[in-house]
Amino acid sequence: MNINLRVWRQANANAQGKMVSYRVEGVSEDMSFLEMLDLLNEDLTVKGEEPVAFDHDCREGICGMCGVVINGAAHGRAASPVPTTTCQLHMRSFADNATIDVEPWRAGGFPVIKDLVVDRSAFDRIIQAGGFVSINAGSAVDANAMPVNKREADRAFDAATCIGCGACVAACPNGSAMLFTSAKITHLAMLPQGQPERMLRVKNMVGQHDAEGFGGCTNIGECAAVCPKQIPLDTIGQLNRDLIASLFSQDGK
Amino acid sequence: MHPRHEMLELIVIDGRARGIVTRNMVTGEIESWVADAVVLATGGYGNVFFLSTNAMGCNVTAGWRAHRKGAYFANPCYTQIHPTCIPVHGTTQSKLTLMSESLRNDGRIWVPKNAEDCAKDPRDIPEEARDYYLERIYPSFGNLVPRDIASRQAKNMCDEGRGVGPEVEEVNHRTGETQLRRRGVYLDFAEAIQRLGKKAVEAKYGNLFDMYAQITGENPYETPMRIYPAVHYTMGGVWVDYDLMTTIPGLYCAGEANFSDHGANRLGASALMQGLSDGYFVLPNTINDYLSKGAMPKVEADHPAVVEAVNSVKERINHLISIKGSRTVDSFHKELGNIMWEYCGMERDEEGLKYAIAEIRKLREEFWRDVKVTGVNEDFNQTLERAGRVADFLELGELMCIDALHRRESCGGHFRAESQTEDGEALRHDDEFLYVGAWEFGGDGGQPILHKEPLEYEAIELKQRSYK
Repeated sequence: MNINLRVWRQANANAQGKMVSYRVEGVSEDMSFLEMLDLLNEDLTVKGEEPVAFDHDCREGICGMCGVVINGAAHGRAASPVPTTTCQLHMRSFADNATIDVEPWRAGGFPVIKDLVVDRSAFDRIIQAGGFVSINAGSAVDANAMPVNKREADRAFDAATCIGCGACVAACPNGSAMLFTSAKITHLAMLPQGQPERMLRVKNMVGQHDAEGFGGCTNIGECAAVCPKQIPLDTIGQLNRDLIASLFSQDGK
Repeated sequence: MHPRHEMLELIVIDGRARGIVTRNMVTGEIESWVADAVVLATGGYGNVFFLSTNAMGCNVTAGWRAHRKGAYFANPCYTQIHPTCIPVHGTTQSKLTLMSESLRNDGRIWVPKNAEDCAKDPRDIPEEARDYYLERIYPSFGNLVPRDIASRQAKNMCDEGRGVGPEVEEVNHRTGETQLRRRGVYLDFAEAIQRLGKKAVEAKYGNLFDMYAQITGENPYETPMRIYPAVHYTMGGVWVDYDLMTTIPGLYCAGEANFSDHGANRLGASALMQGLSDGYFVLPNTINDYLSKGAMPKVEADHPAVVEAVNSVKERINHLISIKGSRTVDSFHKELGNIMWEYCGMERDEEGLKYAIAEIRKLREEFWRDVKVTGVNEDFNQTLERAGRVADFLELGELMCIDALHRRESCGGHFRAESQTEDGEALRHDDEFLYVGAWEFGGDGGQPILHKEPLEYEAIELKQRSYK
């Protein structure tokens, strides 16, 4: 199959960007979207042009490194029958001779580095503000000594599947990173080792989220719709409950 | 944290590791970092094969730069080839995704008995025309034989012309001829679904089935999965002692980047075990021991060894950019990968390895003459990043073949065609090869020097394994 691409090209954070058209020929429907971009880049390199910069790593949907907006939807969610990362979107989801728009994540908190690559280090800083357990949890306890009921264990696990790709931010009209932040909050809030720092964590992480310039949540739900790991919207409810509770604890602990 | 920084050189002063040189992958800035000790936790080098289950960014550069500065590189040819991966579908594929090994608990592996059936819909092939070859050859272990055996038998079936899935063009490097081969075997859950019910299978393997469906566009609940072996893990790596220190004092190496723990064949989940034990238990104690032996002389950024390391990085980058040849970095990487997979992959022999060494040398010479690196250093430049990594893979690949050539036995993950039992199983030669092969860098164009660390077994007795 052949594909007509319109790709966002931007030399660096300060440069003016624009959409540039390319035709990619000889695309196989078994290719992933990124393999199709590889094909374009090989072609551009042979011609002596600079290839399109895009982030990627594991190419099996688990690392969170890849992510572009495809035809207006983060990770091409609109083209895919199932929730997906860009690397797991395959060209069989597109028609022959389709025209596909490819853009970077667009959000105040994610400045463009080059072409389709954005700086997501704001996520690192939100995690560094509290997305961890620093107390000494001791050695492993005997089995069944500290029961965690199935519902909460599952909820913690589901939230922990967040890969930090940033699709939630790209999809949100407010450029909010609430789904990402709440996934981390929920993950640790459901487990015993997350309790000692629970109130301090939510304050610090939400504070860092706001300081990074991400917008507030107005319950639109686009984030959960594009999330490749199907993080549920109710994790944001959990974050809000914990945040309100933290206002009534003196030392934030 | 320093995300988007890549280590490109090791700083060695008075025989000790005293820092590293990095490139900022956003701005291209070359920076030096001095320290009292250096830890490499930089992962494995499976991407030397181009296609593997590794992430695209995995590379050998940090370990290889250390090797060139004096760290021994041990058992480089020990590669684990995982039997349960998505097959190759064409020449533009970038990745062979791993389907979990747990699938072999309930799935049955087969190929058609007759080559004429290979293009048929598997559901139309009757039971008596199927060859459940693992159950046939290894009746006591069946589909649960170890990874190396499951992998090699899948290759044997496809070499016999009984593979399934799309025909993939393969080039025979020796003759230059191309041939079409199907590279896949069936992993069938029909019997498990009948026995356990679809719901139970879904609860156990649902996420894997979904992943398979997404990649291949086929529904594994209805038609058997197709799988084929792929490079998954490298047991070899930078040589370390029990303290995880390399042959350069002050340089430590942890996890897949080092050679330790797995011998010639890693067992399931032990890579995670190694990461945890190296990071949590070993290094926090052994580095303290090293540092407690007294203060190190202070090193400034203008120390001649630091300046030399920084300059060598800059020179190498400038060289790569100035070649302005005609071939892309990926084309070299793919060609290297093909050579490695064909001659230093699941099965090796002397003739093939000698051929591979000569081919890699030619390819490396061509790379440094004709590679095309677009753009400049002072920019976000992914082509330049890849070029530096492929340059190191081109050196490592040769060492892997040299190591494989000298080890004339079949052991663990590697099968040497000249060393097999009458019924085609791996045959070790403990009298000759009971050692770790640790290679010292022999200089550019020179021969690597082999150092043997003997393996002494006290608590267990060495045995030939059998899964029949």
